[in-house]
Order: sequence, then structure tokens, then C-alpha cells
Amino acid sequence: MSLTTQDIERIAHLARIRVTPADVADVQAKLDGIFKLIDEMQAVNTQGIEPMSHGLDMVLRLRDDVVTETDHREKYQKNAPQAAEGYFLVPRVIE
Amino acid sequence: MAQWEVVIGLETHTQLTTVSKIFSGSSTEFGAAPNTQASVVDLAMPGALPVMNRGAVERAVKFGLAIGAKINRRSIFARKNYFYPDLPKGYQISQFETPIVQGGGLTITLDDGATKFIELTRAHLEEDAGKSVHEQFDAESGVDLNRAGTPLLEIVTEPVMRSAKEAIAYAKTLHNLVRYLDICDGNMQEGSFRCDVNVSVRPMGQKEFGTRREIKNLNSFKFMQQAIDYEVQWQIAEIEDGRKIQQATVLFNPDTGETKAMRSKEDAMDYRYFPDPDLPPLVVSDEMLARIKASMPELPEAKCARFSSQYGLSHYDALLLSQDGSTASYFETAVNAGADAKLVANWILGEVSASLNREDKTIEQSPVNAVRLSNLVARISDGTISHKIAKTVFEALWSGEAASVDAVIEAKGLKQISDSGTLEKIVDEVLAKSAAQIADYKAGKEKALMSIVGMVMKASQGKANPAQVNDIVRRKLA
Repeated sequence: MSLTTQDIERIAHLARIRVTPADVADVQAKLDGIFKLIDEMQAVNTQGIEPMSHGLDMVLRLRDDVVTETDHREKYQKNAPQAAEGYFLVPRVIE
Repeated sequence: MAQWEVVIGLETHTQLTTVSKIFSGSSTEFGAAPNTQASVVDLAMPGALPVMNRGAVERAVKFGLAIGAKINRRSIFARKNYFYPDLPKGYQISQFETPIVQGGGLTITLDDGATKFIELTRAHLEEDAGKSVHEQFDAESGVDLNRAGTPLLEIVTEPVMRSAKEAIAYAKTLHNLVRYLDICDGNMQEGSFRCDVNVSVRPMGQKEFGTRREIKNLNSFKFMQQAIDYEVQWQIAEIEDGRKIQQATVLFNPDTGETKAMRSKEDAMDYRYFPDPDLPPLVVSDEMLARIKASMPELPEAKCARFSSQYGLSHYDALLLSQDGSTASYFETAVNAGADAKLVANWILGEVSASLNREDKTIEQSPVNAVRLSNLVARISDGTISHKIAKTVFEALWSGEAASVDAVIEAKGLKQISDSGTLEKIVDEVLAKSAAQIADYKAGKEKALMSIVGMVMKASQGKANPAQVNDIVRRKLA
């Protein structure tokens, strides 16, 4: 399959990545390459093989339900561009 | 005008009662100062990895067993991708293709006693997002990530409900069940139990579903009723005016009683689910399954059946008493303390419930505990006090005027008069003043007898034993 310019714009929007009009062709070619790779994998006969959801053959480790973390807000918020009254501040968002 | 059929399905987010988060060791306690319960995992710091909370898995399995669902022994976590400031990773860890719980269902009972089985599609584990505040700051939104990573079990029904009443009955039954199982505290104000309701309408008899709109985040049964009623009327009016329903997510505004679209399908999200590479498959072991099976409490339905057969209660009374765990245990404590089960049931569903409702209290907060109620009922059964006087005693116990049933009876001189000599004297006095009623009774009016008995009761200030008075009056007028 081959991606259209609209597909590229939509994928870029969903990923919140800015792709300038000048870059579209380049991105399109790279993504097409990835899809070609996927097509090749799809062509492999996998009949009789149980699908895996993870690359490693292991199961999820479980931890006991206990509180092990303590409050490090001050330290963590030093990383934030803006914080006040204990909140992280972000550009105003209202749905 | 066409007849319309309403089609409803529910998605309920129940917050699980674990003390720590689903993928981190942060506390889930409600009400802490902003961001004091957010660890590197909850904040999505680079390199931080999720580690699954066993307690959340166990609660999901418990729920699945309770509703007769299939427990997927191997289930998969997926990333649901979207951008919002209260979701620092840019994706929510959820379950998509293979949820931990599949199928099963709940039986609901409607007000008219009719029952209906509500099929569930699935229940899956996921993490909650953080909270945004918009009013507190001038130009920014504040983000509190204490709630981020709180374990949720999202419980999804098939579109099988056909009225707001059925939807509410289902939500209440589910609410009772999760509290019974002790997997969710059910606190709707704090958001521990939130319902999204999918509503569509179609002409009666049509096979295909109409286009649905989803009412988000209803956190009270009253709002749910109002929101569905409004939404149904709105959709019918739109269609009858020749417009098409657009699939949309809507919010209910409790102030106006209206629903309003927040986003339409055109800009609907594309979540691009894929298996989370940070989390290998979740396996429910034989050992875990057996252990949870062994720890299952008696469920509401089984309890209801047992209350009927063991105590001879009507199905309706048994249902009311078994619906929530606290009421059921109050009832059984009172009965085990020696009182007559039917009388205890009547008292709980009558006087006790009315008093609790009046003061907006739960049964655990009842000033008259189960043992005290049992003592009161025992005093009715053994003839010490009449039913009417028992209400006076109950009020005194409720207000805290006295600590024991016998103390109230003693202090107020409420003991029933069963001494036949005393009773005969009162009857004679009343009969002496009741020539008209006596004539009526002798003329065959049974009602006149009741009126005489009533006067005797009054003359005794309610303390006379009514059955005995009845006998004496009949005998004297024979």
C-alpha cells in the first residue's frame, strides 16, 4: 500500500509531530518503506502458530499491593517548566 | 407519530480498593495535596517501568467469578494513545483485544418485581488519568497526577437495556455488587463509580440500532435518570424533525438538566491501540483462581434466596434486605440475637429505614444497633409491649434517651397491661359510656367492636394488650 499526503498529515497530527510541507515527500517515502516491510511480514505463512502479544516468552510479574512511594513533589517539580500551589501548570486546556 | 424504542448500554469505571496504584507503589488515598502521591512511574519519567499490582488482578478476577464470566487466563495490556495534559505518558494502559473478564451478566429487579438478565460484554483493567483544574489559575490549567495510575475495572454491558429505569436498576445492582465483593468503595462523589451511558433510539420493531450518543461521567443515579430522559426526548425530537443523529460524546449539565455534545465523530479520536511492550501477558494462575474462588462471599442473589427459604420472608422483603451487605448483616445479627425474623424484617424495612432516610444515615450509623432492635422485637413477641408502644420505645432508643429496651419500658411505664382484672375494669368503664356502639354491634356491625376496642386502648394509654381486650369485649357483649 502507498500512503497519501493526507495520510501523512493525519498521522503527523495524531502523533503531534510537525511535518512541514517540504518534508512530506521524505516522510512519505520512509513510511512507505516501513509499510513495505510490514507487507513482507504479513506474507509469511503463520498458520498453526499461536499469536504472541510480546516479543519475549514471559509472563507479567506481579507485586504485592503495598505503598512503597513517598512524596517527592518538590524534587519532581524542579523538572517542570511551570508549577504552582502543588500543580503542574500547562497552557490552558478546556474541552 | 412513530413509537420509539430506547436502546441503552453502560460502561462503568469502578475504582478498585487497592491501597497502591495499578503500576506503581504510590498511594491511592483520596484527598491528598496535589501531586504528593505521584511517583516517577505516574509522572512518566523516562526509563520508569510499570509493575503490575496483584491486588488489582485479584479484584478483577473476583468480579468475573461473581458474574459468571469467563476469566481469561492470559490477558493483554495495550496502549490507548491520545494527548492530554493529565496523561503524561501520551497513552493510557488499558486492555483491548483480550480483557481479563469476558461475558457473564447480572440479574436486575425492577420496581414492579419483574426481573431481567443484563449481559456483560467484558470487564478490563486499566489505569485512571490525572485531574485538570481550570478555575484556579488565570491563564493556565493545573494538573494533579495523584489520581493518575489508580486502578480501574471498566465494566461494559451489551446494548440490552430498553429504558432509563432498566439502566438505573442495572447501575444500582452493579453498585451493590462491587461493594459486596469489597472491590470498590462505590463512593460516587469521589468518582469511585462513574457511568458512561450509550443511548440510541429506533422505531419500534426496527432491527438495526439507531446512531448512539455517549453521555460521559455520570456520578449519581439521579443525574443518570435525568440525563437519559433528556437525551431520549432530544434524539426523538431530532429525528421527527427530519434531522439525523450524529455519533457524539455528550456531557450532562445538572444545572440545566440538558445534555450537550463535547466532540462529534469527525474529530473522534483514533486511539491506535497496540500491545504494550512494557507489559508481557497477564496470567491468572490456577493457584490464584482457586484461592479467590475459596474466598468468595455469599452473593446478593444467593443471599436473597436463602433469606426467603431460611427465614420465610417474602421474595420482595428478602430482596430488599439482601441488596446491600450492611443491611443483610444487620438483619442476620438481629435474628441471631433471638428475635422473630419476619418481625425484624418489618422493623428494618419500616421504622429503621425511615429513620435512617430522614437523617441521611447508613445502617452502620444507626443509633439503634441490631442487637437492640432484636431486644425490642423480642419484647413485642413476648407480649411485654404492643406494636404501637414499641414505636415509642424505638424513638427513645434512637434519640439516645435510654440505652436499653427494658430501661425505656421501665422508665416510661410502658409495659403492656395483660392482667385480666385490670383490663376488665377498663373495659367496663368504656362500655358504660358506649351505648350507641353496643347497639350497633348487636345489630351486626362488626366495625362498632373495633371502635370500642379502640376506646379501651386509648383509655389504657395504648398499654392494654389488644388481643386480650378484643376477647374481653366480645365476651362481655355476647
